[in-house]
Amino acid sequence: MEATTDIRLLLAILAPLLGAAAVMAAGNRPNLRESCSLLSALSLFGLVASLLPAVQAGQRLVYPLFHLLPGLSVALRVDALAMVFALSASFLWVLTVFYSAGYMRGLNEHAQTRFSACFALALFGAVGCAFADNLLTLYLFYEIVSLCTYPLVAHHQDEESYAGARKYLVYLTGTAKALLLPAMVLIYVVAGTLDFATDIRGGILPPDLSRGVTTALYVACLLGFAKNGVMPLHSWLPSAMVAPTPVSALLHAVAVVKVGVFSTVRVMLYVFGADRIEAWNLGLPTAYFVSITILVASIVALSKDNLKARLAYSTVSQLSYIILGVALLKPAAIAGGIVHIANHAFSKITLFFCAGAIYVATHRKSISELGGLGRAMPFTFTAFALASLSMIGAPPVAGFVTKWYLLNGAWDAGAVGIMVVLLASTLLNAAYFAPVVYQGFFGPPASEPASSPSPAEAPWTLVVPLCLTALISVAIGIYPNFFMSLVQGILR
Amino acid sequence: MSVSSSPDAFPWLSVLIFSPLVAAGIMAFLRGERLQRAWALVATLVVALGSLPLYWRFDPTTAAFQFVEHASWIPALKVNYTLGLDGISLLLVLLTTMVMPLCVLASWRYIETRLREFLVCLLVMESAMVGVFCALDGILFFVFWEAMLIPMSLLIGVWGGPRRIYAALKFFIYTMSGSVLLLVALIALRLHVGSFHIPDMMARPGSGVFQCWVFLAFALSFAIKVPMFPFHTWLPAAHVEAPTAGSVLLASILLKMGTYGFLRFCLPITPYGTQVFMPYLLGLSVAAITYGGFAALAQNDLKKLVAYSSVAHMGFATLGIFVLNEAGIEGALLQMINHGVTTGALFIAVGIIYERLHTRELARVAGLGKHMPVFATFLGVFSLSSLAFPGTNSFIGEFLVLKSAFLYSPALALCLVPGVVLAAAYMLRMLQRVAYGGPANPHHAGVKDLGFRETMSLAPLLVFVFWIGLHPEPFLRVMHASVRHLLAQANGAAAHGVFVSP
Repeated sequence: MEATTDIRLLLAILAPLLGAAAVMAAGNRPNLRESCSLLSALSLFGLVASLLPAVQAGQRLVYPLFHLLPGLSVALRVDALAMVFALSASFLWVLTVFYSAGYMRGLNEHAQTRFSACFALALFGAVGCAFADNLLTLYLFYEIVSLCTYPLVAHHQDEESYAGARKYLVYLTGTAKALLLPAMVLIYVVAGTLDFATDIRGGILPPDLSRGVTTALYVACLLGFAKNGVMPLHSWLPSAMVAPTPVSALLHAVAVVKVGVFSTVRVMLYVFGADRIEAWNLGLPTAYFVSITILVASIVALSKDNLKARLAYSTVSQLSYIILGVALLKPAAIAGGIVHIANHAFSKITLFFCAGAIYVATHRKSISELGGLGRAMPFTFTAFALASLSMIGAPPVAGFVTKWYLLNGAWDAGAVGIMVVLLASTLLNAAYFAPVVYQGFFGPPASEPASSPSPAEAPWTLVVPLCLTALISVAIGIYPNFFMSLVQGILR
Repeated sequence: MSVSSSPDAFPWLSVLIFSPLVAAGIMAFLRGERLQRAWALVATLVVALGSLPLYWRFDPTTAAFQFVEHASWIPALKVNYTLGLDGISLLLVLLTTMVMPLCVLASWRYIETRLREFLVCLLVMESAMVGVFCALDGILFFVFWEAMLIPMSLLIGVWGGPRRIYAALKFFIYTMSGSVLLLVALIALRLHVGSFHIPDMMARPGSGVFQCWVFLAFALSFAIKVPMFPFHTWLPAAHVEAPTAGSVLLASILLKMGTYGFLRFCLPITPYGTQVFMPYLLGLSVAAITYGGFAALAQNDLKKLVAYSSVAHMGFATLGIFVLNEAGIEGALLQMINHGVTTGALFIAVGIIYERLHTRELARVAGLGKHMPVFATFLGVFSLSSLAFPGTNSFIGEFLVLKSAFLYSPALALCLVPGVVLAAAYMLRMLQRVAYGGPANPHHAGVKDLGFRETMSLAPLLVFVFWIGLHPEPFLRVMHASVRHLLAQANGAAAHGVFVSP
């Protein structure tokens, strides 16, 4: 497959970078600042979307940037895998710009300029990860994401947020430095290059590399991308929920955590290669290893009364679906895993949007306080219910597609244990989402001081985005073909 | 290594060495502080620009010394005035000449007493430092080496902080004791080789035992200068007390002389000694990286923090040198340049904070970024460079050193990992506090962001952070031939059968 040089790749990653600069320059003029954000979000999405036809046609587009050492460069590429991630992240950024404008103004938050600028920088990092053509570029943008989201997590600048943000940074940069960097250097030493392979089978490691070294590298990569939330290195994610909800929504349901799983998947398939993972029998153990995360995180989620905390543990659990699918190494499972990057993004961002809308409208954070709110905020709670169904994996919402393919793949792999895990986790998902919806529509109203106004829907800038994402979750459940056909491009 | 037969017609190196001295002489006749500052700036800038042709005229395809000058000096002792550059010293000379104008800029307001004497010290330092990197005669090297000591001690002892006398004395005693050993080693080699000519010394390695003793004398003297763990204790004291320009010179140039000495003397002249003691030096390097990291993490004084980070960074350089492979030595050389750029910049940044707040306490500096966003951006980039963030200069150096460590033994490479993680920890801790953290501090009210002069003192270094980080080829290009030649010399002992491989 010939690679074509295309400047749009560079323009795409420059869009959020320039957007961040424009936001800084716009400073304290809120409307201008939000326009800058929106403009860069739209241009990013436009550029990514314009690359779609070429990718669907099976072309591989590249854009080399810097040559550092022999076999070591900063370069961009876009293929089907990159497209699934970049497309969902950039589209959701557009909606989030509206949402966060409404949220931040609704709560009269401080330092909105810094917030918007860092947001754009985080997207710069995320799209950079998606478009990385080699492990070094991936590592570079991965670290940029870690650093640029620190001010977002620490946004409230109080004890709790500093503690959460410190944990965030220690976990993410610590694992990257301690595990990824040595793994990357060792891969460079043995392979002589860090450029990703062009298909998912072969990988780039030399054929004679011993099983022990391969396994060590594999484990270092699996745990080193700690943004993927795999236990035991997951606890930064719930701590990072101290951030304002738009951050939790886009970054901790879409950009940051997906950078983690995307990077893990990218390295598994394009550095190690499916054949190598299969030959050294690393796939199924990985699947069982992340199954622990799926189940334990779901059980922890059951115990959380804080809505965002429950969503955070749900995210930890759902992320591992993606790795599990890829680790099964069967076409159906890989497809299901990768498509879950998009499916989970649309559904989970809906849930976070709803949590934020509820907080803006009523200042309530706990599930136990939600009683009866569904009648006052019907759009919000309907969207929440739809997205919950997607998380549970009920047809016809997006999550069902994922589970269907994962189960098929597990059957192909003959892994009955994994099928049991998937079914058990479905039950657990239902167990922790159903009460929220039930509480919203049928729960007894929480006792309110008579003076407080009766709850109503949040401003339209919050409600419209969450309705849209909920509808899209349904749409890609009914018509899964768009993302599925993209993913088929990877398996070719 | 042969000295190229036809010396360059124009004495580039002599002009470079002596023009700062001439400038210092003229300084004596200048009245008025503005004029003196301006003169120092012009002089150092001219020297910096004048050194650039060295890079263009340098032939990277050969390992031979270039720009060679040769004159008889003390015939009775066979001491000559011999200068020359190769791929190992070229970039260090350029680093020296480039850092000097920034030192002058960083001292613009900082120095309030005896300005003329201060500037004279700086210019004399420049001569001596360039001389050290150019000297090809043992005694000439030693003379320049010692000539640096006095102005540097004065910089600390006269213009330093409250404990300046203690720091200056400690610096002087430590380096002086190293110098004595250096002289002993040079005389021993003179007796063995019959001349002080460094290329001659390289050509005639002595017996195994002789090499070991000479190596030890050299290594101790250079280890103090680097400084390697456990000889580092003079460094934090000297840095904390020294004025900004002193700290910058110390970090950017003087520490490099230790590692340069290893490369110029230990590896090629005592290859057998190098092979024998290599494991111990690797161990000390790992200790320096880890210990420096932990110590930096515990500091509340910004200068001490950067000083201990220097110990760790120089550990990477010594490690790269003693791994004895191409990636290692090139990584070490690049790391030396990187450390000069980044740590120099960090010391200038700390000086900028000190000029405004008269404190370097992390707790009292916290939250400064709110009032100085431009400064915080600069500090952010240099801190990231210091922790080897990809895309910055140190990443390339550290990557090469890590690669060389893996090539030597994966166990050694894994020993470096804690140091790498610690670098991220202490730099991000500092950056978080300064740029971000803490409640609003009333002392910071009315603090102004960077002025033009201060921006100019940091901006050139910023350019190099990204230039080396994203396009290191022009810097690595000049090293290849010399490094390969050096490795052939260092591994020569094995070829002669003296060395038993481990």
